[in-house]
Amino acid sequence: MATKWNLIVDVALCDNCRLCFLAVKDEYVGNAFPGVSAPQPAGEQHKWLDIERKERGTYPILEARFMPVMCNHCDEAPCMKAAQGGAVRKRPDGVVIIDPEKAKGQKKIMQACPYDAIYWNEEKDIPQAWPFDAHLLDEGWTKTRAEQACPMDVFRTICVDDAEMQRIQADEDLEVLRPELGTRPRVWYKNLHKITKCFVSGTVVEQVNGVEECAEGAEVVLSKDGNECGRATTDFFGEFTIDRLEPGSGAYQLEITGSAGGFSTQFELGDESPYLGVMTLSTASN
Amino acid sequence: MSLSILLWGIPQAMRMAARIYPEYAERLKERDVIAQIKLLDEPDVGRWIQTSGGKINTGKGIHSNPDITIGFKNAALAKSFLTPPFDQLERIDAAKNYKILLEGDDSLSVWFLGTLGQLESVYWKSGTDMGDGVTRYTNGTNGGPLFVYVKDGKILRTTPVDLEDSDGGSWTIEARGKKFSPPRKMTLAAHGACQKSMVYSKDRILYPMKRVDFDPNGERNPGNRGISEFERISWDQATDIVASEIKRARAVGPGAVAVDHGSHHQWGNLGHYLCAFNRFWNLIGVTKLMHSPDSWEGWFWGAMHHWGNSARLGCPEFYGTVEDCLKEAEMIVFWSSDPDTTYGFEGAQRREWARELGIKMVHIDPFLNHTAAHLGGKWIAPRPQTDAALAQAICHVWITEGLYDEGFVTDRTTGFDEWRAYILGENDGVAKTPEWQEPETGVPARDVRALAREWGTKKTYLGAGSWGAGVGGACRGPTGMQWARMMAILGAMQGHGRPGYNFGNLQFGAPVDHNFYFPGYAEGGFSGDLAFSANSANNYQRMPHIVTMGTVRQSIPRMWFPEAITQGKSFGYVTDVTTTGGQFFPFGYPSPGHVPVEMLYKYGSQLFGTMPGGNRWAKAYQHENLKFIVNQSIWNEGETPFSDIILPACTVFEKWDIGETFNCGPGYVHHFYTMNNHRIITMQHKCIEPLGESRSDYDIFSAVSEKLGLGAVYTEGGTSELAWVKRVFDSSDMAKHISWRQFLKKGYWVVPAEKENSRVALANNWYYEGRKKDTPDPYPLPSDYSGDYLDGLPTPSGKFEFIATGLEKIDDPDRPPLCEYMPTYEDPARNPDLADFPLKLQTGHTRYAYHVMGDNTDGSLADIREHRVFKDGHYYLVARMNPQDAVSRGIADDDLVRLWNQRGSVVCAAQVTGRLQPGVVAAYSGSAQYRPTGEPGKSTDLGGCVNMLNTKEPITKKGHGMKPNSVLIQVEKWTGADDWQPTAETI
Repeated sequence: MATKWNLIVDVALCDNCRLCFLAVKDEYVGNAFPGVSAPQPAGEQHKWLDIERKERGTYPILEARFMPVMCNHCDEAPCMKAAQGGAVRKRPDGVVIIDPEKAKGQKKIMQACPYDAIYWNEEKDIPQAWPFDAHLLDEGWTKTRAEQACPMDVFRTICVDDAEMQRIQADEDLEVLRPELGTRPRVWYKNLHKITKCFVSGTVVEQVNGVEECAEGAEVVLSKDGNECGRATTDFFGEFTIDRLEPGSGAYQLEITGSAGGFSTQFELGDESPYLGVMTLSTASN
Repeated sequence: MSLSILLWGIPQAMRMAARIYPEYAERLKERDVIAQIKLLDEPDVGRWIQTSGGKINTGKGIHSNPDITIGFKNAALAKSFLTPPFDQLERIDAAKNYKILLEGDDSLSVWFLGTLGQLESVYWKSGTDMGDGVTRYTNGTNGGPLFVYVKDGKILRTTPVDLEDSDGGSWTIEARGKKFSPPRKMTLAAHGACQKSMVYSKDRILYPMKRVDFDPNGERNPGNRGISEFERISWDQATDIVASEIKRARAVGPGAVAVDHGSHHQWGNLGHYLCAFNRFWNLIGVTKLMHSPDSWEGWFWGAMHHWGNSARLGCPEFYGTVEDCLKEAEMIVFWSSDPDTTYGFEGAQRREWARELGIKMVHIDPFLNHTAAHLGGKWIAPRPQTDAALAQAICHVWITEGLYDEGFVTDRTTGFDEWRAYILGENDGVAKTPEWQEPETGVPARDVRALAREWGTKKTYLGAGSWGAGVGGACRGPTGMQWARMMAILGAMQGHGRPGYNFGNLQFGAPVDHNFYFPGYAEGGFSGDLAFSANSANNYQRMPHIVTMGTVRQSIPRMWFPEAITQGKSFGYVTDVTTTGGQFFPFGYPSPGHVPVEMLYKYGSQLFGTMPGGNRWAKAYQHENLKFIVNQSIWNEGETPFSDIILPACTVFEKWDIGETFNCGPGYVHHFYTMNNHRIITMQHKCIEPLGESRSDYDIFSAVSEKLGLGAVYTEGGTSELAWVKRVFDSSDMAKHISWRQFLKKGYWVVPAEKENSRVALANNWYYEGRKKDTPDPYPLPSDYSGDYLDGLPTPSGKFEFIATGLEKIDDPDRPPLCEYMPTYEDPARNPDLADFPLKLQTGHTRYAYHVMGDNTDGSLADIREHRVFKDGHYYLVARMNPQDAVSRGIADDDLVRLWNQRGSVVCAAQVTGRLQPGVVAAYSGSAQYRPTGEPGKSTDLGGCVNMLNTKEPITKKGHGMKPNSVLIQVEKWTGADDWQPTAETI
């Protein structure tokens, strides 16, 4: 089986330093790579590699997460289907190229992308997207500029056959964006739940000699419809989080047990990650 | 070789170089000159060389009418002087002691000597051939080292430097059964990674310009600065005007010429303001705009008095802390500490290891900052500038529960009894309990107890400020001194310096080689400036060059320059970091025997964006007392048009330089390069020709100095930038390991990691253990010890002082010897006149740009939506605010909003986020752009100069540090209609 390029992106390691974003700008603004890309216009909102931000939770338990997004180099690329005259082609190594000459005037190529990863170059009248640094790979580069620039190992550029990629996907629990579209992206995400899922959090306290103290070591059990679906132990600030909950998944029950007693509550999970507030352990509430 | 053959060889060598190298042939065409070389003790011995239309004529003996004459005292000196390899010490000795005389036109002399110098450098080859017409060069920026790929004279790409196997080795730290070694690559900060977009920015100034209504011989129209257009003029016209204005001002009296540079400059030991700029102005004699330790405020004016560290501007040592922290620490408390902002990401890699080791993280910051958001852990969000109350409550828990290092406190500190009495409220009746601080800080008392107990029982690193060992954040606010002093006190109560207890957040203190010598930029390059750079520490001995010194003794505190101009007087304190008491010396403007400033030479920077109360500057720049303003800059930034003549400088990619990444040198942050995983010295190749008619700073100063008859002095006899680079190379330890030609070609050198057994001693451990100081720190100076040399701290008692007795000498109400809690920040409850301004503004160091550097209108940073947001054809600076504050004002994400108070009014783009508590707004200071809607200084700014909202009042009565943070403002949706007027701190 032929080897093809894939990009693995670990959401947990990205802190929005933007070096990948800037490397892609550096590579394409002002540079033409015939057969691969016309120059990206400077300062005109072309973000061939962009970073989306997602805040989860609320004060005092809050996360800010960042996810690099770019052309997915789909195996079933909607842009290819929308293109006329072979303006978008799939290379044998998996890379999707929008031909800077043939794609002239074809706005449908841009409109077809469900990921909004294709940008319109007004001056040249062409659609443009991140071409997987194909011209560099052809010169023998083994990683993309985004990977080279990243200080945190967010990116892994790998050239493997599809069976091997399937194995890696299963081993590392990789996901693609919007799999329901059937586009079969070649950009894979690790720890995507930090963007797509919710967590529940709270602060557990206890009264010690009439003084409120953080309750460390309390056991927190989350259940849904009577079945346990998460568990955590409070830290020395009495705080806990339980992650990987499906947004909008409805009613949950929470039971907390500590040395000073217990606390139970229930909540409805919507699209946001709820902070349940300060909960005081007591023997009375059990 | 006899002298006559040697002299005969010179024109032959010139002809040969011209035959081989077209650029040398071109150079010969630049000037027609008859140069006489002769001996002073044998007046008929010599040779003349003539260049004429690029051709060389020459003759033995003495020419009847030479343009310039180079006279050597005797034949032995001439032979030695002209025979490579050149002995620089002998050369400058000859120049300084009149053994060599230069007569004739200064400009021709500089040119001819430079042409001789190029006989060596024209043969040097730079860069690596990558095939397909691409050459890979290297360069250095404030944001790290770069490979620069160039094709057809244009920068194709810039990338980080990936290390090769043959480059210097990396270190390994073994901690808790794991081995950690850094990746074999250098990383960048965003402002290093955006450089190509900066080089080719439309903001570049490409030609010398003159304001259309400025006539040096007639009406100058200073009031139109910042308003009128500019027209292109020639370099010759521009340097004529500048040179004649310098002459005119100098004739008025000493101090009439004032100069100012930014806090930073383009990277490189030669182009830096501490080099090319200082050397030139030392020859002129100028009124300096005295910078204070901006970004270090609370440490410098406050914490220093508890433990010394004056030459670290009051911050603690950081030696060896990466290894100790990873091996020992159980928790890191990041207090107002966001190292992922500004400085790059090698520390971020190390913090991932800490996470892997399960080291707990606590973040104390009103903003869930980038490091905190990334690393996770507990977020504690005190109200801005109340942190010292929280810190004192931690002390209370430690004291009442016996959770501090009693041995250290007893043996190594003074004043603890008085400090304990204050914390317990024995004198004022107010115990500084967790409950006491809760209404002030908003932090639950239980969280304070939980933190204090964990900290008091577990090995804990205190990451104080962005570096973990100082700088930035809370130290820059109105209570910044109290905060920094409390950080020092918290450290001492836990006996900082014992393994596992120290200052740091893994950003500094990597186990690199601390002894390998390469000069930091603060050593001044070839400035020869012993007074205002760290030249005397090593550089002056290592690289023989001629000393320079200005004779004007007048200064103006930079932050009060507008008042100095418009009111004619000002007052400040000397920034002398060599001893703790150095900051107690006041100075006044005008100074005795000096005259008021007549002209200002601005060198980069954009003070509208960086100085508190920035609106004041517009009126100062337009004031008639300033008869002439030059602005020498690379980019057309906000304040550039507030001038009469604009001189276009080029970027670091368009000239020769050399530098080590993050090596600053002694004097304020020695061993700064321990922020890197690898020490790397880069050749800063001239990668491309200067754009337009822009020129290097050195070249510009050379041109002006030639018109003042100072060219040969300034250039030390026509020394080219590349020749200076070679001299820096020769002065360093690098020359023992790699040849100049190899270095020039490859472009970088990695200093091999230190062997494990010779790693640097752990910071502060010597003091904890009671040893003599064994960290490689050039300070304190011997005379700064009250006891024996290297024994103890440079405080009056020689120990850590809980009660800073040194402060008793100055009687400053803002910093009493006992660090009592004083809520001196603006607050509607205490300042009823400010009731209309309910929100507190945080103006921290910007994340992606480097102050104003990188913040171009069309640079690639502008497209980062956490930096600027594109709306209505312009990129607006981001201002973050809490959803509650946004909703109540009808503000949504990306809406244009106006931030204003009595001092300033600035339009930003809102980013609505839960990362701030209600009542707090955050917008980064450091806008490169200033776009007033109406009259400059008296209207709303669309450029993002949020520093305009900050106060010009000093952080302390007897000092002139700024406090650009936590002022009160109001925010509203921007309607486009502007009727705002300043009502306070106007001039």
